[in-house]
Amino acid sequence: MTDWDRTASQIRRAEEARRRIRIRTEPVLPVITAPPTGNGAALQEHAVVFDIRNMTVFYGASRALAGASLKIYRNQVTAVIGPSGCGKSTFIRSLNRMNDSIPGFRIEGEVLYHGHDLYGARANRVEVRRRIGMVFQKPNPFPKSIYDNIAWASRNLGMKDRLDERVEQALRQAALWDEVKDRLKDSALSLSGGQQQRLCIARAIAIEPDVLLLDEPASALDPVATASIEDLMHNLKHRFTIVIVTHNMQQAARVADRTAFFSLDTTGPARVGTLIEYGDTETIFRSAADPRTRDYVAGKFG
Amino acid sequence: MSATSETAFFDTMPFDPTAPLTPSGNLRRRAAVSRTVQVSATVAALFAVAVLVIVLFGVAKRGAAALSLSFIFENPSGLASGGIFNAIIGTVEIVIAGALIALPLGILTGLYLTEFSGARSRTARLLKLALDMMAGLPTIVVGLFVYGLIVIPQHRESGFAGAVALSIVMLPIMARTSQEVLLLVPNSLREAADALGVSRWRTVLSVIIPAATAGIVTGAILATARAAGETAPLLICNSLYAQDSTSLNLFHGVPSISMFIYQSYDLPLPDAVTRAWGAAFVLMMLILIANIGARLLLARSRAKMRR
Repeated sequence: MTDWDRTASQIRRAEEARRRIRIRTEPVLPVITAPPTGNGAALQEHAVVFDIRNMTVFYGASRALAGASLKIYRNQVTAVIGPSGCGKSTFIRSLNRMNDSIPGFRIEGEVLYHGHDLYGARANRVEVRRRIGMVFQKPNPFPKSIYDNIAWASRNLGMKDRLDERVEQALRQAALWDEVKDRLKDSALSLSGGQQQRLCIARAIAIEPDVLLLDEPASALDPVATASIEDLMHNLKHRFTIVIVTHNMQQAARVADRTAFFSLDTTGPARVGTLIEYGDTETIFRSAADPRTRDYVAGKFG
Repeated sequence: MSATSETAFFDTMPFDPTAPLTPSGNLRRRAAVSRTVQVSATVAALFAVAVLVIVLFGVAKRGAAALSLSFIFENPSGLASGGIFNAIIGTVEIVIAGALIALPLGILTGLYLTEFSGARSRTARLLKLALDMMAGLPTIVVGLFVYGLIVIPQHRESGFAGAVALSIVMLPIMARTSQEVLLLVPNSLREAADALGVSRWRTVLSVIIPAATAGIVTGAILATARAAGETAPLLICNSLYAQDSTSLNLFHGVPSISMFIYQSYDLPLPDAVTRAWGAAFVLMMLILIANIGARLLLARSRAKMRR
C-alpha cells in the first residue's frame, strides 16, 4: 500500500466513524420511508423528472452552457460538480426558470419536466417555481419571525389548514425544530448561519414542492453545519427529488446517487460550460470514462 | 405527536406533479391580483410622466411666441422687449454660488452622519432631525432670515445674499441624499480598506465616495434644480431693481429668471405675460440640460469602472 492509499483509507474510516457517532448522539429524524402517495402515486420511484435535451444557454451574445443532455430521476440526489464558471449555477437555475429575470438570458434545446416543456408557451413561471423549489448559496431568510418565514408562502398559496403543524413538520424535516421550538416568534436573523440555511430549506419544503434545487447550499457554512445539511439530503430524497450544485467533491460523493461533471470547453475561442460526463456517483468517482473527469475528481485541477 | 392521526404532511402530494404546467391551486386568482397591481403601478407611472409632459407642453405653447435666439442671447430693452440673457447668466451665477456653499457642506454632513459619527451617536440623530426640519422650512422664512443676517448689516440687497438663502434651501436635501447613498455602500468595503491599514479619510475619499458618486450626483442635481427655480428668498434678498443689465458682481443686485417671471407676469402688457412663459420654458430647459449633462458625465465615469 502506498502512503496515499493509507491516508485515503484513514479518511474513509474517520468519515464512517463520524457518521456512526452522529447517528447515536443526535435526535433521530422522523425518517420518511416511502415515496408519497396520493397525487404522486402514479409515479414510479426513479421515474424521469427532468429530461434535458441539448440545453444551451446564452447571456446576451456569450454562450454560458453548451448542449447539456441528461435525465434527472425521481427520489434521487443528483449532484452537479465542476470548477468555477463551468455553468453549474446557470444549469440549475434554468431548471426552475430563475434565469428568466436575467437580462439577455436565452435558452435553446428542451427542458422537459414530467414530459412538459418547462419553457413552453403554456408553462406558467410561477407554477413552475411552486413545484420546483430552490435554496440559494447564501442563507436568505426574510427579516420576519422564524414562524412567519416558514408560514409565509403557505399562507399565500392558500395552504392555511393546520398551519402550526405544517410549520412544525417543515422544521422537523429540516432538523431545526428542536433548536427553535421555544423561540418561533424570534427574528430569523438571530439564527446562526447553519441554522438560517436549514430554515431556508424548511421554508422551501413547507409548501411541499416536487423538486428541491440546492445551489451550493453549504459553501458558506462550517463543517458541522455542512454535515447536518448533508444528513438532511439522505432523508429528504425519499420525499423530494433533489438536485444539488457543489464545488466540494467529497460532498457530492457523500450525498449523491448520480453525479454530473461540468467543465469549461477551451477548444474553441470562447470558454463555454459543457457537460463532460454524467452517471452513477460511484462510476464518476471510481472509474470515470473521460480523462478530464478523472483528473478533476482526483484533485488534479479546478 | 398528537395531530398526526390525520394525514401527516409530506406523505401526500398537494398537486399532481405530472399535470401540465398551467396554474394550479389559487394561482389563477393570485395571478389576477398580481396583474391588477401591475397595471395600477404602470398607470400611476404613466400619469406622473403625463403631468410633466402637460406642464412642459403648456409652458412651451404659451411661451412659444416669445422664444427666439434674441430672447435668449440679448439683454432686455424697455419694459417688454429684448431678451433675458442677463437673467440667465444671473441665475447661473446665483445657483453656482449657492451650490459652492451648500454642496461641500451637505456632502461633509452626510459623511459625518455615516462615516464619522458612530452608529449610535445622539448628535447624529439630533442632526438628522434638524436637517429634516430644515428641509421643511418655508423658503420665505429662509429669505427673511438671510435678510436680517446679511442684507440689513450691509444696507444692500445682493445676489450673494440670495445665494446664501438658496444654499440654506439646498443644504438639507444634499446632506440627506448623501447620507442615504453612503449608507448603501456595503460595509465590507470599509472593512477591506480598514484591514489594509489605510486611514479613514483616505478610505472615504478614494473608496467610499467613488462607490456612492452616482447617488451624490443625483442629490446635487435635485438640490440645484430645486434652488434654480426658487423665487421667494430672491425677492427678499436680491434687488428687484437690477434686472435690466448683466451683472457679474454678486455683491450687488443680480437679475434672475425666476424674478424676471415674477415681474413680467405682473405687468399689464400681454407681451410681458408671454415673455414670462418663455422665460419659464428657458428655466426648465436649463435644469433639463444640467440634469442630462450630469448624467452623461456619470455614465462615462461608470463605464470606466466596469471591467
